[in-house]
Amino acid sequence: MDITLNHYLFAAGFLFILGLFGVVVRRDLLTVYMSLEMMLNAANLTLVAFSRFNKVLDGQIMVFFIITVAAAEVAVGLALIVALYRARQTTKVTDLTTLKF
Amino acid sequence: MEALFFWVFAVGMLLSGLSVVINRNPVASALSLVVSMCFLAALFVTLGAFFLATVQVLVYAGAVMVLFLFIIMLLDVKSEEHVRLRWMSFLLGLALAVFFSYELSLVLRGVPQGGATLSSIPQAGGGLLDDTRELGRLLFTKYLLPFQVVGVLLLVATVGVVLLSRKDEGKPGVK
Repeated sequence: MDITLNHYLFAAGFLFILGLFGVVVRRDLLTVYMSLEMMLNAANLTLVAFSRFNKVLDGQIMVFFIITVAAAEVAVGLALIVALYRARQTTKVTDLTTLKF
Repeated sequence: MEALFFWVFAVGMLLSGLSVVINRNPVASALSLVVSMCFLAALFVTLGAFFLATVQVLVYAGAVMVLFLFIIMLLDVKSEEHVRLRWMSFLLGLALAVFFSYELSLVLRGVPQGGATLSSIPQAGGGLLDDTRELGRLLFTKYLLPFQVVGVLLLVATVGVVLLSRKDEGKPGVK
């Protein structure tokens, strides 16, 4: 059985769905954040697959930039979580309901 | 042979991704995410993106996940073992997942394939291990401005993280 573009797109799609499920269901901020990273990875996989099957390298350049920005984003996000933990002593989303009306 | 590699890596990636979501211990989740990212890097290799596979392992599975584990240990996050499952959010997540799977199958049925398979298409760089040179050439010609903007972004992120994570000494109003 030969592997086509659709195989990779399905794998990436299911990885994205897993990440989305994690973001909705989990209550720990850090696990939610890890699920977000999984969704970013799924987008990367689609870009690399399209780049391979269309024979242009621009998609891979885009993935390179996404990885760089994601690394910066993780650093800033984790610093925010640490600052939040200092202020509230919790990382559960169920305890952070100040903005809930 | 390529099909075998694809199935092993894709199923491994999805299973360890599932383990990230359903594990109650954050440390176990983070380690599963490392495994998932390594499988993803292997999928990049099957697609001929050797440089990106290396970067994926170095940056994501290396630096980013070490940062995650460091913060988990620093904050001493308790595992959610005594917390009951919230049925509302679980059902909502399940409904979203089913809806997205359905939508995925609808959309991907319409993607034109042209009979192209992984083995029938030559690689973009022209040969084995040539993608790094091509990527570097593109990065310093066509994408020179975005490359420098990303450099500035990293600097801004570094300054922001230092500012966010330092303890405030004698500054009223900021907590």
